[in-house]
Amino acid sequence: MITRMTHMNIYVLDQDSAVDFYTNKLGLKVIIDAPMNKDARWLTVGTAEQPGFEINLTPVHESLLHSKDTVDALRDLIKKGTFGVGIFTCTDIMATYEELKAKGVEFIKPPTKEFYGTEALFKDDSGNWFSLAQLTPVNA
Amino acid sequence: MDHRSAHTYPKLYFYRRIVQAKLFIDAHYAENIELYGMADEAYYSKFHFSRKFKEVYRYTPHQYLVFVRIENAMRLLASGMAVAAVCKAVGFEELSSFSRLFKRRTGMNPSVYLLKQQALHKQIAEAPLTLVPHCFAYQYGLVEKEQFQTSDI
Repeated sequence: MITRMTHMNIYVLDQDSAVDFYTNKLGLKVIIDAPMNKDARWLTVGTAEQPGFEINLTPVHESLLHSKDTVDALRDLIKKGTFGVGIFTCTDIMATYEELKAKGVEFIKPPTKEFYGTEALFKDDSGNWFSLAQLTPVNA
Repeated sequence: MDHRSAHTYPKLYFYRRIVQAKLFIDAHYAENIELYGMADEAYYSKFHFSRKFKEVYRYTPHQYLVFVRIENAMRLLASGMAVAAVCKAVGFEELSSFSRLFKRRTGMNPSVYLLKQQALHKQIAEAPLTLVPHCFAYQYGLVEKEQFQTSDI
């Protein structure tokens, strides 16, 4: 029986830039930052309100699983905004939208009423996009 | 001014004032800040301001200030700073109230949290792969870790 999700991967173009974005703009905090080799760290971030769930900011580098062609294609797709990664929820979307906009976060859709709540879409510094949602109580 | 803009302007003003107050706390949490000076500035009563802030963030301004101070205390303790220095650095005057509020949020005393963080840093320095899931380390050719053996079950 699967009980919970503890980690998810997000492919990022640059780990230093990504950790700055996820901490200083989105307000998440670093959970683990451990070196793996000269190019990559096991670098996870999470929210203060949801301990036990970590987002792994995964660098796109050649590895045993990813050839150079795969890396080039993946980096290109990320930059094009191909990947919708997940949904962040918040207590008040208008306040969060105003705050993130003031911090320079790029929104591709302003807060809009949907049947499940109010939702905006933003991009991270690599090009991955997220939903920012204030869900209606029945969906929260 | 159409009906829509007449309706949305005060709401936008309200949100901007509340967000500014939150960002002010984020930036000045370490100082002895007068929380309800922000209410005066926004032409709100202290109680109205506090209630509206809580509607948006689920914390009163004072509760949010404590939350931000404790979060930053965790960050500073993780960097290796001593407990008494952290207490002052995040804006608490009394070590006892800092410890009590820290424990309320994290479930442990600041000194215990510091020791745990020091142990984590030692582990990162001496054996970083013990923190990296094997499936991930494998991608990078880092396979020094022991393989899981079904016979261990």
